[in-house]
Amino acid sequence: MKEFLQNKFLRAGLLVSLAIAGVLSYYASSQPDGLEKVAEDKGFLDTAKDSVNAGTPLADYGITGLENERLSVGLSGIIGVIVTLIVAFAIFKTLAKKGK
Amino acid sequence: MFAPLLHIPDGFINVPTSVIFMLLSAAGIAIALRGAKGELDDKTAPLAGLTTVFIFAAQMINFPVAAGTSGHLLGGALAAILIGPYAATLSITIVLLLQALLFADGGLIASGLNVFNLALVGVWGSHLIFLIIRKIMPKRKNFIPVAGFIAALIQVPLAATSFVIQYAIGAESTIPVSTVFTAMVSTHVLIGIGEALVTAFTLSAVLATRSDLVYGWKGIAPKLEIKKVNS
Repeated sequence: MKEFLQNKFLRAGLLVSLAIAGVLSYYASSQPDGLEKVAEDKGFLDTAKDSVNAGTPLADYGITGLENERLSVGLSGIIGVIVTLIVAFAIFKTLAKKGK
Repeated sequence: MFAPLLHIPDGFINVPTSVIFMLLSAAGIAIALRGAKGELDDKTAPLAGLTTVFIFAAQMINFPVAAGTSGHLLGGALAAILIGPYAATLSITIVLLLQALLFADGGLIASGLNVFNLALVGVWGSHLIFLIIRKIMPKRKNFIPVAGFIAALIQVPLAATSFVIQYAIGAESTIPVSTVFTAMVSTHVLIGIGEALVTAFTLSAVLATRSDLVYGWKGIAPKLEIKKVNS
């Protein structure tokens, strides 16, 4: 994991990702995405069911109980980046070792 | 406000079909786990981690494409060119599973459908298109983002078509397949343009700084030769 602090390229990439997920995400378009829009227009959006984990604290990229929308989205994005980094790095590092 | 629904939710496609695609995706992941060992080393493993993180972050950004519609990065083409198709399959799978588990984005029963469309069809479709284009284009570094642009552009309607196939097999709705197909492809052609721009831009940025790490370029990059000088 220390590579991400020591290596200039990795550090820059991680900072860009944190900025996108933590700050820029608030400004994302709130219009439905392609699939949701088609489902809505063509009339099958009503077949969608909530995930069983729809009530969990980070559901829908927010933090339950945090009123400030900017903070709620941004923090959930930062948590997502950190968890993704830990999981992905562990998997890829293990595979790289096994490949030797 | 952030748009929460990025992937297939539970309910669109019936449970038996979802389970079939879960098994297909599991088989794909097993193959990718084997293949990725050959693609990764100590230098590229951190890049694979970073690629995964970047795609997670970028998927939070929905960009407007047409009246009342947004799109977001799928990432298959970008990942395949940066880290190779096997590692890319795993990268997109990690993103999708974390989104479903942590953020309830994309159904849990539907996770196999999403992994199949984006991590298998998206990644391997992009990879194939990239290889074909790279073959017919000049072997120069600045053509890699161009090849990435085209692969990304085609990837999005391709993944959308894959959804329509799943819809045809096991939709809960009775809306005709042809109606859904036309709407899905026409909308996703537009989203493909955004995908292509983000992919080409990101590839250019990485190639400008660390081209030695880029899978899609490493294989054809001219080798540095040490030649004897006859004096």
